[in-house]
Amino acid sequence: MSRSAPALPGRVRVGLILALALLLAAPWVAGPYLLSVLVLALYYAYVGQAWNVMMGFAGQLSLGHALYVGLGAYVSATLYLHAGIGPWAGAPIAALVSAGAGAVIGFLAFRFGIGGVYFALLTIAFAEFTRIGFEHIDWLGGAGGLFLPVVARGQLDIVDLRGGPRLFYYVLLALTAAALWLCSRLKHSRIGYYWLAIREDPDAARALGIDLFRYRVLAAAISAGMTSIGGTVIAFYYNSLTPADSFGSAKSIEIILGPLVGGLGTLAGPILGAFVLTGLGEALRALLDATGHQVPGATQLFYGLVLLLVIKYLPNGIWPGLARRLGLG
Amino acid sequence: MVLLEVTGLTKSFRGLKAVAGASFAIETGAIVALIGPNGAGKTTCFNLIAGALPPDAGTVVLDGRAITGFSADRACHAGIGRTFQVVKPFVQLSVLDNVTVGALHATRDVAAAQREAWRVLELLHLDHKAGQLAGTLTLPERKRLEVARALATQPKLLLLDEVMAGLRPTEIDEMVQVFRRLNRETGLTILLVEHVMRAVMALAHRIIVLHQGRIIAEGAPDQVVRDPAVLECYLGGAPA
Repeated sequence: MSRSAPALPGRVRVGLILALALLLAAPWVAGPYLLSVLVLALYYAYVGQAWNVMMGFAGQLSLGHALYVGLGAYVSATLYLHAGIGPWAGAPIAALVSAGAGAVIGFLAFRFGIGGVYFALLTIAFAEFTRIGFEHIDWLGGAGGLFLPVVARGQLDIVDLRGGPRLFYYVLLALTAAALWLCSRLKHSRIGYYWLAIREDPDAARALGIDLFRYRVLAAAISAGMTSIGGTVIAFYYNSLTPADSFGSAKSIEIILGPLVGGLGTLAGPILGAFVLTGLGEALRALLDATGHQVPGATQLFYGLVLLLVIKYLPNGIWPGLARRLGLG
Repeated sequence: MVLLEVTGLTKSFRGLKAVAGASFAIETGAIVALIGPNGAGKTTCFNLIAGALPPDAGTVVLDGRAITGFSADRACHAGIGRTFQVVKPFVQLSVLDNVTVGALHATRDVAAAQREAWRVLELLHLDHKAGQLAGTLTLPERKRLEVARALATQPKLLLLDEVMAGLRPTEIDEMVQVFRRLNRETGLTILLVEHVMRAVMALAHRIIVLHQGRIIAEGAPDQVVRDPAVLECYLGGAPA
């Protein structure tokens, strides 16, 4: 795993440019259904990339990242509905709130030496009691949640992030690209080296002068802040948000599937994993619909199966093997 | 000039005194070996100096600055580089990246750290493995990687915990040459815990013998190996 950015072989570069062109053109080619699938894939690619910072880079297993999705959704929706502050300002504010929440949870856990499985449980606990808490705040709609005013079909209001799937597609595409760029910069910086060292062996990292606490809290804050922006966008896309949908533990699990399948700790893995899983899951659903079968939970079962197969046969995910074949390994 | 001064260092584990009031000093530029039978408290001593464990009593002073009870990362900042007896490579990172992490202690610039890592790897004859994952290295190579990583932090005092164990005699001689050269050319001070007497005799200017947490002998290598107390508890055989 060479981590100095390698010069890409010609055909890979051509492939990347083609992929980018395809991604840019997709909303004008794809039908509404395919576009909605692509929006979802991009969303999971983005939040997966964000989660990967904490687990893939710094080795801190968070199973409660829905907390930051929910905070991103609720903070920016509340600001928009109650204070008239649009999502372009609301998302950064929500990201700061989430980064703060991530840092506080990290602070509590790492200060008191809670690690591994116990840390994962703690993240679930925070997400769950936040969900339950939000269900009892009437001002935020309680368990029924909040609804954002829907605009007329075809109307585009970029300032308030009101519009159709095309708008959200491009917003998420830009976010995913920005996250990829940021993660690449982080990974090849001093911080990235320190995160990987901490992930690999905390004691050895410490002996090399690395302040574990500081770098772990930093990873949690950055990951939480990034995730939160995804939460804002997806809330404005769906126009509605409920505590169960935003903070639910199923959401936390969906976030981590992409990086696990694609390749934990890699840059391309979360994106690849999100597209593969979302694509296959939707294909299965389409197949079942076409053959007249109604199987509730089929996609979830399918995700579980894919995860089992990946863990059994590709424990490092799809990307590392694929990268070797493309001559990038 | 004294670089490291340890006074009355004490550490107990559930009532068992692993280190019981050990006091010694190491001069700048010296190579000192800490020897003794298994369980004598050598590694605990290292852990107390390097901040991996807090001492129950006693003080550690490095270069005139009290570092007693420092955490391991602060001990590193103070100028202590250490290797682990049970090696702890970053197995999923390349050999170069392993050492670069160490080198990033002295510089924030990744490219500069990588250059420094290359230099250290060449010094330890590991440069031909730079691109491999550390997990693919053999045990002797992992031992050298431990040293490379610690060296890359540019320590004032290098603590080597049994880095010769498991090495072939020619490899031991090679390592001895590396440490001698480092010591001669950069004035690096070295404290080593070692069972391989071949290396100890070739390297150490002075030997400290630890037994049941106490220092029972100290002095020039040829004196210490003839000390009756040392022969009895560690080296074996009746004094001539």
